[in-house]
Amino acid sequence: MQERIPAIELRGITKVFGRIVANDHVNLSIYRGEILALLGENGSGKTTLMNMLSGIYFPDEGQILIDGKEVSISSPREAFAHGIGMIHQHFKLVDVLTATENIILGLKEPGRLDLAAAAKKIRAICDQYGFDVDPNQKIYEMSVSQKQTVEIVKVLYRGADILILDEPTAVLTPQETDRLFAVLRNMRDDGKAIVIITHKMHEVEDLSDRVAVLRHGTYVGDMATKKTNAQEMTDMMVGRTVSLNIDRPTPVNPKPRIVVDGITVKNEEGITMLDDVSFEARTGEVLGIAGISGSGQKELLEAIAGLQPVVSGSIRYVEDDGSTQELIGKDPLQIEQLGVTLSFVPEDRLGMGLVGNMDLSDNMMLRSFREGKSVFTDRKTPHDLAEKVVDELEVSTPGISTPVRRLSGGNVQKVLVGREIASAPTVLLTAYAVRGLDIGASYTIYRLINEQKAKGVAVIYVGEDLDVLLELCDRILVLCGGKVSGILDAPDASKKNEVGLMMTRLGGGADHA
Amino acid sequence: MPEKKAPLIHLTKRKVLPWYAAWGIRLAAIVAALIVCAIVTTVTTGLDPLSVYSTMFSGAFGTTRRLWITGKETAILLCISLALTPAFRMWFWNLGGEGQILIGALATAATMILLGTSLPGPALIAVGIIAAIAAGAVWALIPAVFKAKWNTNETLFTLMMNYVATQLVAYYVIVWEVPKGSGTIGIINQKSEAGWLPVIGNRYLLLILVVAVLTVLMYIYLTYSKHGYEISVVGESEATARYVGIKVEKVILRTMLLSGAICGLTGYLMVAGTDHTLTTTLAGGQGFTAVMVAWLAKFNPIGMIFSSLLIAFLSRGSGEISTAFGLNHAFGDILTGIILFFIIGCEFFINYKLNLRGKAPKEPARPAAEKAPAAPEGKEESHV
Repeated sequence: MQERIPAIELRGITKVFGRIVANDHVNLSIYRGEILALLGENGSGKTTLMNMLSGIYFPDEGQILIDGKEVSISSPREAFAHGIGMIHQHFKLVDVLTATENIILGLKEPGRLDLAAAAKKIRAICDQYGFDVDPNQKIYEMSVSQKQTVEIVKVLYRGADILILDEPTAVLTPQETDRLFAVLRNMRDDGKAIVIITHKMHEVEDLSDRVAVLRHGTYVGDMATKKTNAQEMTDMMVGRTVSLNIDRPTPVNPKPRIVVDGITVKNEEGITMLDDVSFEARTGEVLGIAGISGSGQKELLEAIAGLQPVVSGSIRYVEDDGSTQELIGKDPLQIEQLGVTLSFVPEDRLGMGLVGNMDLSDNMMLRSFREGKSVFTDRKTPHDLAEKVVDELEVSTPGISTPVRRLSGGNVQKVLVGREIASAPTVLLTAYAVRGLDIGASYTIYRLINEQKAKGVAVIYVGEDLDVLLELCDRILVLCGGKVSGILDAPDASKKNEVGLMMTRLGGGADHA
Repeated sequence: MPEKKAPLIHLTKRKVLPWYAAWGIRLAAIVAALIVCAIVTTVTTGLDPLSVYSTMFSGAFGTTRRLWITGKETAILLCISLALTPAFRMWFWNLGGEGQILIGALATAATMILLGTSLPGPALIAVGIIAAIAAGAVWALIPAVFKAKWNTNETLFTLMMNYVATQLVAYYVIVWEVPKGSGTIGIINQKSEAGWLPVIGNRYLLLILVVAVLTVLMYIYLTYSKHGYEISVVGESEATARYVGIKVEKVILRTMLLSGAICGLTGYLMVAGTDHTLTTTLAGGQGFTAVMVAWLAKFNPIGMIFSSLLIAFLSRGSGEISTAFGLNHAFGDILTGIILFFIIGCEFFINYKLNLRGKAPKEPARPAAEKAPAAPEGKEESHV
């Protein structure tokens, strides 16, 4: 292994953004015929490092060697010329064009544009590696996993033999993930070099040949996957020993808190997003919601929070004494005025839960600024709350007066969750609470959720990682195409395939995420 | 290492600069602008740039009278900018300042002409102020209603309202023209001075005081009030505003009422305070210039004192050099343009640093002692 020449060798790569050192003299080798998993917590500089390979950033210091020769990559086009292709977390596709049109977009090939020949070449690539994509299908008709396939074919079409995938499984179902991994193994066996960035340990163990770990922008080390385990890798990433078990205390005396009865929700275009959904969320219990992204999870939480008009059905809030209040038809302010403390951690943290350009203190104020009769805002209380949240949840920030958009994903989430639980809620709605968070931050969130559960809060946890859902939640409701596909009463790891099938069982609508 | 080729220019984001360094860059930008202006002046006109600059300066500040006029123009510009700022903070592009001023001015002129003989002085002033504020507010409210209810494009809507206002004024100028056939209103109530704002000290002093008070009030309103906070939240993210139960439509309407009201008040101050007449060109494009004033100050009312003073100075100064040297008025505008270009452009250099090819980026980022051994190729370390 040592005598092989690496496809890519990074030496002493450093990249600085303002006062943040994203990469600090990182050394890394990537070999052909090998799948390398790049591990690291959020903000450890994985994506930055890969962006320098794909020509999006230019390193401030250091050298990049391809097949032993030093090169300079100052644009994505040059990266392609060196055979490097990156599949980003957020797809860069034009919705109204077909797969073929997207794939050849930006290529300057001599002669007339020949879409048929391009489609043929795309089919050949698909056959070679086992992709399932129709070259003539429009992007907007595709599921998330098909879009991702187009992105991968796009870089292969350009002749890439070094592929970088940034968290490719975040948006996929377990079955889709398996298919992707099969394709990646085919490509590895074909002699391509593959780098995959992921947070999910079981995927690393399942797929990769070698792991490299970054921590706070520095290179910690690399090793063969076979010779290590999840615990060791996690400890390297975090820099200390962390427990990988998620607690699930037995619910104490659960009573109905939110009773959802046959609600139907349509979106602005009149498409049914939720269809006759009924369930109850109980005190002191974590109710998980599983489903392919876009199956109605967002609408469900927003309907409860008073942000989504409901066509029919009822959502009742059950008080401790058994009396009920109808929540449908009330906006968040009216719900608050009923005396219902409902906290909501939405999916789009900076687009809905927080204001990116405001500092921590002003963001704390979002929930409380109306308090008091004065026309002026009370700045002291939110400031104190911000300090308390930073202190208790170990938010890493330059200060209280830093705009939250400058914080890393995990810290943004801690600020949001910290504010939402500060109001001592009776109901806590969370959507993808650990999306994009690293292990340390994720476990902090699980701990906070369990703390709320112990206080008797009814927690609704919309999640995407089935392993976590099965470990954390007391019951799991599976949505499929806006309908309740089933409710799992006693989840455990053995139910994974069952849930995976329930996510797609109703077929049809489920494929159109 | 011959194969390695760095890009010619490579941008890196700076750390947050200390205030003195940021102001140093701004000062350097002004010096650079003056040098470029000097070259342009010498090449195109053959004049001595220094004498051009000193003429500019004396045109704006040279005599007590000029000082007061510059003060007045600053105050008017600042007042309009203050009016636009709440809307801009909400990311609502109120380009209808011109129209809202004109309609306020029209309302003022109407009270002065129609009620000038029947109402006592103080009552006439009060009625005039109320009418002007109401008129400006309504003019701004119309596009706001459409935006709030049907999400129409406020930029186009407010812009179109300007033309309606201009034509309304044109119509009433003919209705009220004095003498008949002149096509102008002339000085309203020239003999009785009915409805004119009283003069305290200098004839512009009252105006300047009113705007000064307004500046402080607006600063407090935007920075410390619950309304100001709601405006910022709605501007940054409507989804977040709804999420915390802010009624976005209500905030849009309320804020545009305020914005239009202050524009209307500006119209009042111009008709009853300084001009005492009504023409279709009363606002003279200042409704648009104020957009730039507000942007330059990043929507901070205190900062707008300086940006409006800068614009007023440039406009007065360039007017002076065209008359003093017999140049076309466009030449003054060229110099103004160059200076503004540098001032706005320098903000880029406050946020980013250029690294030219052949020089290694210098940011040490960590204490120098920790630095890895110097790059083997003997790159030159440059420190700016």
